[in-house]
Amino acid sequence: MSSEPYDAIVIGGGHNGLVNGAYLARGGLRTLILEQREVVGGAAITEELRPGFWFTTFSYALSLLRPQIIHELELTKHGFMPLLMSSKFAPTPEGEYLWFTQHHDQNLREIERISPHDADAYEQYGHDMDRVCQAIKPLLDMVPPDPFSDDPEELLALAGIGSRLRSLDKRTFHNAIRLLTGSAADFLDDYFESDLLKGWMASSGIIGSKVGPRSQGSGLVLLYHSLGESDGEFGSWAFHKGGNGGFTQVLARAAEAFGAEIRLGSTVERVLTREGQATGVALADGTELHAKVVVSALDPRRTFLELVDPRELPDDLVETVRRMKFQGVSSKVNFALSGTPRYPALGDGSDMFRGFLNIAPSMDYLERAYDAAKYGWYSPEPYIDGAIQSTIDPDMAPPGQHVMSCFVQYTPYQLRESDWDAERERLGDTVQSTLERYFPGFGDLVLQREVVTPLDIERTIGLSEGNIFAGELLAPQMFFLRPAPGWSQYRTPIQGYYQCGSGTHPGGCVMGAPGRLAAGQILKDGGTAHD
Amino acid sequence: MHLKHRDARDSSPVAPWVLGFRLMIRPTPFHPRTSALNETGLWSHWAGHLAANRYQESDKFEYFAVRSAAGIFDTSPLYKYRIAGRDAERFLAGMLARDVRDCPVGHAQYTTWLDDRGFVLEDGVVQHRAPDEYLLTSAEPNFGYFADRIGRLEVQIEDVSSQIGTIAVQGPRSRQLLSKLVPSVTSTPFFGLTDGEIAGVPVTVSRTGYTGDLGYEVWVDAPDALTVWDGLWDAAQGLGVLPFGLAALYMLRIEAGLLLLAVDFDSSRYAFNDAHRSTPIELGWSWMFKGLADDDRAFIGRHALEREIADKTSRWRMSGLVVDWEDYDRVYGEAGLIPPKVHAPVHEDWMVYDGAGQRVGYATSFMYSPVLQRHIALGRVRPDLAKIGQRVQLEFTVDHHYEKVAAHVVRLPFFNPERKTA
Repeated sequence: MSSEPYDAIVIGGGHNGLVNGAYLARGGLRTLILEQREVVGGAAITEELRPGFWFTTFSYALSLLRPQIIHELELTKHGFMPLLMSSKFAPTPEGEYLWFTQHHDQNLREIERISPHDADAYEQYGHDMDRVCQAIKPLLDMVPPDPFSDDPEELLALAGIGSRLRSLDKRTFHNAIRLLTGSAADFLDDYFESDLLKGWMASSGIIGSKVGPRSQGSGLVLLYHSLGESDGEFGSWAFHKGGNGGFTQVLARAAEAFGAEIRLGSTVERVLTREGQATGVALADGTELHAKVVVSALDPRRTFLELVDPRELPDDLVETVRRMKFQGVSSKVNFALSGTPRYPALGDGSDMFRGFLNIAPSMDYLERAYDAAKYGWYSPEPYIDGAIQSTIDPDMAPPGQHVMSCFVQYTPYQLRESDWDAERERLGDTVQSTLERYFPGFGDLVLQREVVTPLDIERTIGLSEGNIFAGELLAPQMFFLRPAPGWSQYRTPIQGYYQCGSGTHPGGCVMGAPGRLAAGQILKDGGTAHD
Repeated sequence: MHLKHRDARDSSPVAPWVLGFRLMIRPTPFHPRTSALNETGLWSHWAGHLAANRYQESDKFEYFAVRSAAGIFDTSPLYKYRIAGRDAERFLAGMLARDVRDCPVGHAQYTTWLDDRGFVLEDGVVQHRAPDEYLLTSAEPNFGYFADRIGRLEVQIEDVSSQIGTIAVQGPRSRQLLSKLVPSVTSTPFFGLTDGEIAGVPVTVSRTGYTGDLGYEVWVDAPDALTVWDGLWDAAQGLGVLPFGLAALYMLRIEAGLLLLAVDFDSSRYAFNDAHRSTPIELGWSWMFKGLADDDRAFIGRHALEREIADKTSRWRMSGLVVDWEDYDRVYGEAGLIPPKVHAPVHEDWMVYDGAGQRVGYATSFMYSPVLQRHIALGRVRPDLAKIGQRVQLEFTVDHHYEKVAAHVVRLPFFNPERKTA
């Protein structure tokens, strides 16, 4: 029995740190989770910024969360509740719109209104995507095999993936490759003719990524965002009770129920090592805590270049991590509203707000929004993924009033000849005036506004360059290349030092897979529990 | 014996002919309001009344309103009998299997009545409204059955089904909503009753429901129903409260472990053989008879019930079944299918087997539960297998052939939040 009180210390109480800590505790390790802020959740938090108004400051919806985590960590015992978003709404400023509900036939009629051609195309697209997702999904739940290893087990795992691909029909195989390597626009153009529908569908191909819908690589982002499920429904998104902060509170309760300890307000300065072996962590206040397992839930830049001395690491790893693309392009603008916005074409109706509100009336609109980012500026007419969450969870705002989360793109981390401290409120104005074009009188409803730029994301929760995925979802940094060739299996060159953040496979979103898979590796390695 | 059977249904605010139907499907007293809210235009028939399946396109959205905020449900089609008189308690103590003498004035009791072979005729809730007055609800007509057994007792029974409108207000925000109108609900215990006024109209509020959540039911004289609905509706604005229909109710009641007549059991009265009959012990209601040894009542079915308990002759025990998610995903995955996870309940027979492939029971209600994230079923298994954690198998049809999927027995109710009784 070790004399130290902990077997494992997890750095970072974001969703992956919590998932990892919960699994380690479940596996019998005395586990401590350290969070620098006074609230767990990392990017998945809900904060009362105005009395009675609860803002999902950063992350705002749930889909990719691996169902195994729900079951294995017994999250339903702790209040897991993925509330249904019953509507999806994609308006244009001219009064044309698509409004999807939970009624399949009605959705097809809705598309037929815009384009008879696209109704059955939508069915075909849905089916084709389901098939590709079915084929790709198992990769989310496996430790990527190491193609650089001669270990027969690794070779066998690689062969397994190969044979799985071979078992696909030609159409699905081809679609998978087109999505993995091509652009969202090329893929969608093959199915649809409606600009509005294409703008809507292509939006999933740019979320969080410095790509336009016509960039190679947006296909992968599109596929990635389709790989989830909610409430057992393939590809669907949900809004957790209490926002994503409500979800991470559930995770924290589960972790504690398994015996993990969570310490807030504890910034880790560096990982302690001795002779190539992790021995614990040193906090910013000078406290040293010891354990034989130290896990970083932070992004690869912090994990390899800040928490440890890069000189302790192989040059090629350091170089790859230095080259890794972060380049955050997403912001959040959150509103407290005195009522629901009014869309003139639908009179006083507000049921269309019970879910995502997609401001991207065409593929061109998205591509033009991206143009600005290429040259170091934010979109004059940005893409907005809105959600008036209090229409789904009334506990988020006082009666009759609302909170509205707006995910905004593109807003590059690096601005040409300016910075985000100077541009923050002007970005807020840009978003507000964009919404005003769709919902006249929107500005009169605004009680409070919170603008969260990539710089704010980096400052507040430590995601490098404000990249919401802890590293871009680009092919060169995915699967067995995430975060670096040879280091995709959650271990590091320092013995006992592990990585479990979204910068590892499979990647970002509130998925939890990195935290879970890393815990599997740690426990497999023996976890040095109670030795 | 005083019998009074007045059918006042035609005094409902909307006469059936207004709706243009030849069939005598009746509107409930709240129909003018529920029909304005029902965006689907679709109705089910429940006990001869129009009942909304759902009010908008998504029953699951209504379901979540109940689990996360609150929902309003028109439960007026229930049969309701006022049973009053000096001997009312004595009468019911002999008719109902659960001891109604344990239900003081101002309280309600979930109960059942049996035939003399100890088989269940029906279940319902009895409210003890005044010293010599009870209100009994049932899903099917029972007036004749009770009336014919009054004999020489000083009891009057009256069918008040259509004289009373009932609105269920269910969900975590139900107390906050109702207390704005009837402040005494804040101190009303689980299965308690309280009186109050909504919009100037006297109402009785019971802390009862069919959702397994914190919830209440509001009982009002039919002519005042719309006034009360409007008062409640106004108070609900901005609270995220939705009207919900039968589809959401059926989801909620399975999670709550509450049985449905003609789905999970049948009335012995109309059964053709004993395979369609159930005893209360078989339905999992043995908790109703904890005090049976000290209770000297002669009630219908008592001897059979005592014999069943003493001789352990129960054939089944109603249980909660939870499907093993990994095995379920495996079976569908191997068939190349996306595992269907459908929240809409299936009210059919599902066979239950043991590890050796022997049939050991059957399930009658099945669904994918959003709050549990699992497939769950209300099913009966052999009493020796009704142990928490007992492994069984449930039979599914996958690609047009039968597949067995692992499941295990859990305690009912599946979902039992503290707030329900707190």
